[in-house]
Amino acid sequence: MIFKKKFVISIIFLNLISVSVSNSIEPDVFVQSTVNRASKLLSENITKEEKIEKLKLIAKDTVDIKGIGLYTLGSARKNLNDDEKSIYSERFEKYFLKSFASRLAEFTNPEIDVFAKKVLNKNYTIVNSTLVATSERPEIKIDWRVYTKNPDQPLIRDLIIEGLSLARTQKEEFASVLNSNDGDINALFKTLEEFSNK
Amino acid sequence: MNKYLLTSFLSLFLILSANAGTDGVNELSKNKPKNIKDCFETLNRGTFALNQGLDKVIFKPVAKAYRSLPSPIRTGTNNALVNLSSLVTIPNNILQGEIKTAGVNTGRFIINTTVGIFGLFDVATKMGFSEYEKEDYGQTLAVWGVGPGCYLVLPVLGPSTLRDTAGSFINVMGGDPYYNVSAHGNNEYLDKSDYMLTKTLTAVDFRAKNLETFDNLEKNSLDFYASVKSLYLQDRQRKIANTKPSATIEILYEGDWEEIETQ
Repeated sequence: MIFKKKFVISIIFLNLISVSVSNSIEPDVFVQSTVNRASKLLSENITKEEKIEKLKLIAKDTVDIKGIGLYTLGSARKNLNDDEKSIYSERFEKYFLKSFASRLAEFTNPEIDVFAKKVLNKNYTIVNSTLVATSERPEIKIDWRVYTKNPDQPLIRDLIIEGLSLARTQKEEFASVLNSNDGDINALFKTLEEFSNK
Repeated sequence: MNKYLLTSFLSLFLILSANAGTDGVNELSKNKPKNIKDCFETLNRGTFALNQGLDKVIFKPVAKAYRSLPSPIRTGTNNALVNLSSLVTIPNNILQGEIKTAGVNTGRFIINTTVGIFGLFDVATKMGFSEYEKEDYGQTLAVWGVGPGCYLVLPVLGPSTLRDTAGSFINVMGGDPYYNVSAHGNNEYLDKSDYMLTKTLTAVDFRAKNLETFDNLEKNSLDFYASVKSLYLQDRQRKIANTKPSATIEILYEGDWEEIETQ
């Protein structure tokens, strides 16, 4: 009887482990499936505006927009009060989705091959891929910084194109806007709003 | 007289840039974009606006016309220009202590210039030569520990730093064999205008490859000047670090990311 109970507990335990293992997604598989989703969408015969709206949905699912927003703000994030944080979060998301989707919408059927990954630490894995060459442009190396703190739901935090980080570029751009306005966060809010509304 | 003037400029740039070379700061962190000061920002922004105007009127239309040429012609031109750049890369490989790479690049140059008909065909890559990485005197100065100095935007030439500008001067002071042969070679085949034509073609080829990228970047930037500056400085940091295999990973580690918890 005791043996049977132990056996049942062991089976349940093993099942729990296997369920937890099966839920975790490998960062390279995650990137390839995200890219395939976007690529399929971009090759669809729909208008550019429709593509942009659908790309925004993919970005909301797969990109850590909140994390990128905090990173982009740099040290200025430490001086914000709760109200300012909330305004920033809302405006950054609008800005990011518009900028991200309109950048990607220019491509038609991009082919990206994921070929390697490197675990930096428990929170980050870099996934290496290439954007296949066309007659118009050469092959481009794209590395993806994937946030893996929750392995069941990895999220993209940065794209490093030929060694150039988009998040870092954005961060330095935001710093420049703040510097030219004596660090006034309201000036950044205004710039973000103007960008989203144009 | 010209040489004296150039030497004076070079010395001044190096003195201004060398301060960081002796402060013991890690070479990679010295070249981090955020650590490079924009001492002449007002002037730089003015020059940047001028360059944007020139780009709109001259470079972009020429690059578009160049893009309409058949792909094999553009590939051949690009191959020949890359092959010519080996003449600056090889001495810099040696100056950076990369003797093996210098040997490989010399082999690549000889094969592409002869079998590849003046570099029009990249035969060396097809033969299995390792990937070619351009090197210049700015990178060598950085490897030697010279700090970048302030960020600069040069008329027509675009983004640079004091150190990289000094590096460019070395080319015309004897550091670029192709310049030496065309400007001072006293031969009937090449003159200074050929050198200038090659440099212009290199700029047009680069612009043509990046037509959509630049448009996209400009359209989606909050501050286009800051974006271009960041991309230039990141690119230089990556190129300077390419001699150290661990460097890319070091660049990818950024303390700021570690502080941000959203999961």
